[in-house]
Amino acid sequence: MFKDLFTIFIASAIINNFVFTRYLGLCIFFGVSKKMETALGMSMTFTAVMVISAALSWLVYNLVMLPLHIEFLKIVLFIGIVAGFVQFADTLLKKLNPTLYYKLGIYLVLITTNCIILAVPLLNTDNNYNFLQSITLGLGSGAGFSLALIIMASIRERLELANIPKPFQGMPIAFIVTGLIALAFLGFSGMITI
Amino acid sequence: MAASYKKLILNGIFSENPVFRLALSLCPAVAVTTSVRNGFLMGVAVLCVMTMVNITVSILRNLINPKVRIPAYILIIATYVSITEMMMRAYSRTAYKQMGLYIQLIVVFAIIISRAELFASRNKVLPSAADGFGMGLGFLGALVLVGAVRELIGKGSIAGFHITASSPLLIMVLPTGGFFVIGLLMGLFNWIDQRYYGGRPGGGGGGHH
Repeated sequence: MFKDLFTIFIASAIINNFVFTRYLGLCIFFGVSKKMETALGMSMTFTAVMVISAALSWLVYNLVMLPLHIEFLKIVLFIGIVAGFVQFADTLLKKLNPTLYYKLGIYLVLITTNCIILAVPLLNTDNNYNFLQSITLGLGSGAGFSLALIIMASIRERLELANIPKPFQGMPIAFIVTGLIALAFLGFSGMITI
Repeated sequence: MAASYKKLILNGIFSENPVFRLALSLCPAVAVTTSVRNGFLMGVAVLCVMTMVNITVSILRNLINPKVRIPAYILIIATYVSITEMMMRAYSRTAYKQMGLYIQLIVVFAIIISRAELFASRNKVLPSAADGFGMGLGFLGALVLVGAVRELIGKGSIAGFHITASSPLLIMVLPTGGFFVIGLLMGLFNWIDQRYYGGRPGGGGGGHH
């Protein structure tokens, strides 16, 4: 049982890393990886939202949608769950802990329409995971995304000072750097198959 | 009038190309473009969803309360994406297996919601349809171009027809190749822009959502 969960965690964090092998969440990945500080804030918020939305959507899918045979509505419902939860967390955080809200609030808004957050529940239902497995997939994906963001942020802080040809400044060079990191991550492929 | 529709469509294809100029919705542009065929299928799906969403939003623009417009747009998009996903699952099993997840994720494409918000909610039905169609075509074109480059270099073929005897550079069809191709093509577009049209450096959108 724990071996199984550990496999899912490692597989989703490193081997099937969302950014480098599945190309999801690129918008946020390129958007917030310019500075280490924002990258760290984003990774923490992201992981928390991911785990909780994986848990919530598993409950809704298995307790509501399956008994009622409305699986075909899963896209609509999952995005509703994520958006609703993010809005709720936003309001709650503003009331309970304003300092933390001013630090992380901006990321919460960005998260609502992010591909990874929606992809985790969809993958969970595609693979028929149970509750613990779903949460582990959310946690592993969050850890993988944080790892990607931190690697990228530390490289991009250096890139600011580098002498890059004019047409490649900004996004193009960021893409090429990501390609190089993805090449390194390719070395993990085939280590575990799920 | 006909000329302005043409302008709207061309705007989506060239000057505001979603992938290379606005740098929006990059995830699928890299994910599914290992071949021309996959890129084409994904592009067609987005083209249909985008045109229909723009038309629907434009028809309903006076009925939707501005306060709840974003959730309303997301619901409209999710409906059309569900239809597209079910059609694809019914008619094209093999393609669905490869890119089903990405088809479902069309729902969070920034490009669709931004066109609904920026254009369709303020314009009449026909211009909105033209705008959605043009943007969709620009997206389709970009995906096919990236797919063609990756398939040619990675497998030595274009749209399934073999051109070279072996696979020249297998890495291009692997995940990492997609990043290289998009980065290089973006650089090329920027270079053309700066060289011939006097564009600013550091283009390619700036990486916003």
